Amino acid sequence: MRHIISILIENEAGALSRVAGLFSARGYNIESLTVAPTEDASLSRMTIVTTGTDRVIEQITKQLNKLIDVVKLMELSDGPHIEREMMLIKVKAATMDQRDDVKRLSDIFRGRIIDVTASTYTIELTGAGSKLDSFIEALSEHKILETVRSGVSGIARGEKCLQLN
Amino acid sequence: MELSGAEILVHCLKDEGVEYLFGYPGGAVLHIYDALYNQEEVKHILVRHEQAATHAADGYARATGKPGVVLVTSGPGATNAVTGIATAYMDSIPMVVITGQVATANIGSDAFQEVDSVGITRPCVKHNFLVKDINDLAETIKKAFYVATTGRPGPVVVDVPKDITDPNIKVPYVYPDSVQMRSYQPVTKGHPGQIKRAVELLLTAKKPMVYTGGGVVLGHAAEPLRKFVKTLGYPVTSTLMGLGSIPWDDKQFLGMLGMHGTYEANMAMHDCDVLIAIGARFDDRVTGKIAEFCPHAKIVHIDIDPSSISKTISVDVPIVGNVADVLADMNHLLEVSKTEPDQKALAEWWGIINGWRAKKCMSYDRNSDQIKPQAVVEMIHEITKGDAYVTSDVGQHQMWAAQYYGFSKPNRWINSGGLGTMGFGLPAAMGVQLAFPEETVICITGEGSIQMCIQELSTCLQYGLPVKIVALNNRYLGMVRQWQEFFYQNRYSHSYMESLPDFVKLAESYGHVGIRIERVEDLRPKLEEAFALKDRLVFLDIVTDQTENVYPMIAQGKAHNEMHMSPYCDLPQDPERELS
Repeated sequence: MRHIISILIENEAGALSRVAGLFSARGYNIESLTVAPTEDASLSRMTIVTTGTDRVIEQITKQLNKLIDVVKLMELSDGPHIEREMMLIKVKAATMDQRDDVKRLSDIFRGRIIDVTASTYTIELTGAGSKLDSFIEALSEHKILETVRSGVSGIARGEKCLQLN
Repeated sequence: MELSGAEILVHCLKDEGVEYLFGYPGGAVLHIYDALYNQEEVKHILVRHEQAATHAADGYARATGKPGVVLVTSGPGATNAVTGIATAYMDSIPMVVITGQVATANIGSDAFQEVDSVGITRPCVKHNFLVKDINDLAETIKKAFYVATTGRPGPVVVDVPKDITDPNIKVPYVYPDSVQMRSYQPVTKGHPGQIKRAVELLLTAKKPMVYTGGGVVLGHAAEPLRKFVKTLGYPVTSTLMGLGSIPWDDKQFLGMLGMHGTYEANMAMHDCDVLIAIGARFDDRVTGKIAEFCPHAKIVHIDIDPSSISKTISVDVPIVGNVADVLADMNHLLEVSKTEPDQKALAEWWGIINGWRAKKCMSYDRNSDQIKPQAVVEMIHEITKGDAYVTSDVGQHQMWAAQYYGFSKPNRWINSGGLGTMGFGLPAAMGVQLAFPEETVICITGEGSIQMCIQELSTCLQYGLPVKIVALNNRYLGMVRQWQEFFYQNRYSHSYMESLPDFVKLAESYGHVGIRIERVEDLRPKLEEAFALKDRLVFLDIVTDQTENVYPMIAQGKAHNEMHMSPYCDLPQDPERELS
């Protein structure tokens, strides 16, 4: 089962390596991991997408909580939540046909073309991971030059918040 | 008061009440050593290898319950300390290890004696710190002691770059009385509802079993545990780490459980209907085959670490809390409870258990013309009236020490249970002897293990530590040999110890007393002679039966009711036959 774990962690050197090290040392899977500071500069917010049985996920959350730098943790996938991932994708667009088709596909997926050259388009697309996968699939007729994905960020729906008390 | 970083460090240790600092100097910690020079409160013990510094601090911590403190230099100083840090981590021993680091400006430049100490130790510490600003130093040290000693204890490393301890840079010194960490709030009290459920479940048991571990020793919970067990009248077993929490000769104590546990303890585990695990973590050496672990039992588990609960074995009533507090709450509930344990069922259960006991699984050949290692340990118990501090290394001798010494008090049995670190025994004994100079401290070891930290004989002379080293010398890496006999058709691959030194001469060359015992009839008089030498370290090189095995034994991955038994007890030797 796929799970999304959100963590508030002290924004200190080495905090990321403690989390990453825990996953590799105990043989847990990481599908994606994103981390950046929050509105409170002393805290970072991390979103980890992982897979495992309920038992493994329980151990993962307990082991994460045990890390001294972890301030608070929430399993987002326990309740209603929103997840988003951002992708930048560079596609060959040299002929008029290619340029039209890529533009059309980008519009359909509500992407934005953010850079243009004589032979390429670079598109920004945000959504759930599956939407990004579908867009890549839709571009199969075209030559994809590069893709960059941010990994999943997530937040709980409604009034539920991951914050200090 | 304005102090340099080096002075601040030493003042912190004083203010923390640190009695002994186990260490080894080197370039990156020279400022700190200079600050140690003109003071006497913190006594520095100069070991001969950094691994020994960590083990000595660890032994001190296990015997006293106070954190052990270590100071080593950067690079090899830190890497040599890693084995000892990992040893302490696996057994949850409170320890603060200060490692020197190259100057902040040189970090990351592959400088001389530079190593990423924080990175290398990260997986085997409770937490670690790199001090990047002298103004954070005192608070970091306070945090290190706080984290190491609270919750589930463990080692904490503080990496201090050389420029932080520069004697020319001084800042005001204040040692904080306490620290708050928003990310670290260990629980102590157990959940009252869970405690009530646990007590109710325990009182329904027909075949109850109490399984205790190192958490009882670490959590100073022997007193409430004894009361708890006495009130209920239930049988109790202990892991290797928990020995001494219940006196070995208590009628309710079934001995140690697990791979080399007693027949009665393992059978009772297998057949029980309610199990309460207290400060124990269901280690693989205890559980054997997970799928057949306590197959009929409802399980209660008390542990201070939530991640210990349902890690390998799913439990029915988890209680997160300090073992001593939870047991005190349980004892109170039992006092006011209107329900009593089912005495009729309990009497039947004890009948079955006593039947197992009557098989005398710990029997061995008492008429052998060779010295039996078990007999040595039993005799040492007798001579020291069972009241010594006993450290051990790792292997057969460790198991025999655990099985045959007979501990009556917690904190007396000091060994590397989790990591299984050979070389632990002698330096650990140094730490214990420093803490308790008047007590008898014995290191039960083998000719293999003792050679892993033998250089510490020199430290023992320097500080006058009259440790009694009992080397059960069977000229084999005995436990390896035993596994090769059982599971590798007697192919003794590299388990024979050739070219052993003359341990008597070796001890003498280090300035100690060496005694060799080769004949059964010499055992008692020579042991008595050795233990009468109160002020001297005595190295007893005891030539024991080469082929003796540790029994009972559950092969790895087998269930509790599948044991290899000693040929001298009233049970079939082979687990296959026994099952049929």
